[in-house]
Amino acid sequence: MDLVNIFIRSAFVDNMIFAFFFGMCSYLAVSKTVKTAVGLGFAVIFVLTVTIPINYLIENYVLKEGALTWMGEEYASVNLNYLTYIMFIAVIASTVQLVEMIVEKISPALYGALGIFLPLIAVNCAILGGALFMQEKQFATIGQATVYGLGSGVGWFIAVVLIAAIRERIRYANIPGPLRGVGMAFLITGLMGLAFLGFMGFEI
Amino acid sequence: MAEETVIVEEKKEVKEREPLFSKKNKKLITDPLDENNPVTIQVLGICSALAVTVQMKAAVVMSISVLFVLLMANISVSLMRNLIPNRIRIIVQLVVVASLVIIVDQVLKAYLYDVSKELSVFVGLIITNCIIMGRLEAFALGNKVWPSTLDALGNSIGYAMVLVVVSFFKELFGSGKLFGIEIFGNATEGTGLYAMGYMDNGLMLLPPSSLILVAIYIWVQKMRNPTLIETH
Repeated sequence: MDLVNIFIRSAFVDNMIFAFFFGMCSYLAVSKTVKTAVGLGFAVIFVLTVTIPINYLIENYVLKEGALTWMGEEYASVNLNYLTYIMFIAVIASTVQLVEMIVEKISPALYGALGIFLPLIAVNCAILGGALFMQEKQFATIGQATVYGLGSGVGWFIAVVLIAAIRERIRYANIPGPLRGVGMAFLITGLMGLAFLGFMGFEI
Repeated sequence: MAEETVIVEEKKEVKEREPLFSKKNKKLITDPLDENNPVTIQVLGICSALAVTVQMKAAVVMSISVLFVLLMANISVSLMRNLIPNRIRIIVQLVVVASLVIIVDQVLKAYLYDVSKELSVFVGLIITNCIIMGRLEAFALGNKVWPSTLDALGNSIGYAMVLVVVSFFKELFGSGKLFGIEIFGNATEGTGLYAMGYMDNGLMLLPPSSLILVAIYIWVQKMRNPTLIETH
């Protein structure tokens, strides 16, 4: 039940796009057509579900105050918290590289669909943001962290596919000149964000 | 005669060396303010631009942090541009930016703890701020140090402009304050405008309002400069 709650919270209530604006740059860049949006959306789900548990382990066994106790008693007072950013970004960049190679080897079809998006993801704020929020929320188990990653990814996927569908629909609409393109995308996202506020406080 | 030739030679030398603020260099600073604004035209670095704008103080601190990181990163990557192997350039850039952000984070924690708490993860997200990666990729890797410095200054000021405008409206209409100073009077005591029945617009404090404010900013900007309007 707890896991279901975490999933729903991260996917709908604390939606990455509408509540925190994570990954807005790529969100606006790929949302011109549904096809590319679906591609990048799946890539984000995938990478978040893989990197959040890895970063969870790094956080709990390397970075946290006293996390190095497993190496011996004398390390109990070491606090490497200031290395968080550089460790997380290194993990994310290398994981993305690794995932790219594995996917290319195992499933060329999936690679064809996700391939061009994977390198983009290393610098997508959604991934690093997810990791930093994971650190802030201090999950009790790795299972919770994984579900959090999956939920955030699904939330991002929903948001990007929804706006891509809307932008495809309004392509031939007669929008006032200055709002065409980016301006309209911002307005639509704002209105969608208002709609998603309806999920506030939602729990099972 | 001899004197004349000396003068001519001197002039030539001056011509060969580009002045520090030539037309081209000035354009590097002024372009990102309007025509090529990183947030509204290049559409980069939106996440932080939207998320930290509830209070002007946080927005200003964030802008200064981005200015510092972008300036230092642009200079150091530009200095190293001939040494960085092309294949691993993204990782090199990420390490440079991440170390700079760690410095900023530690300084903020030491001297501006309350603001640093409020910015929370968004200080860390400067690492993946697309403005920084974008400028490093598109400019610093291929240009000398001085133009890169100007480019960094221009882009971070362009970014700061949007942040300050958006946070001005959000803080003024959301909580009736600017930099934490009460402008419209005190809401709980019912002084100033509140005595006449004015109420703060709570919607302004919620995330979606920054999206709508940026949309309006883009609208006004493109209306003043119709060459920026997207065709299709």
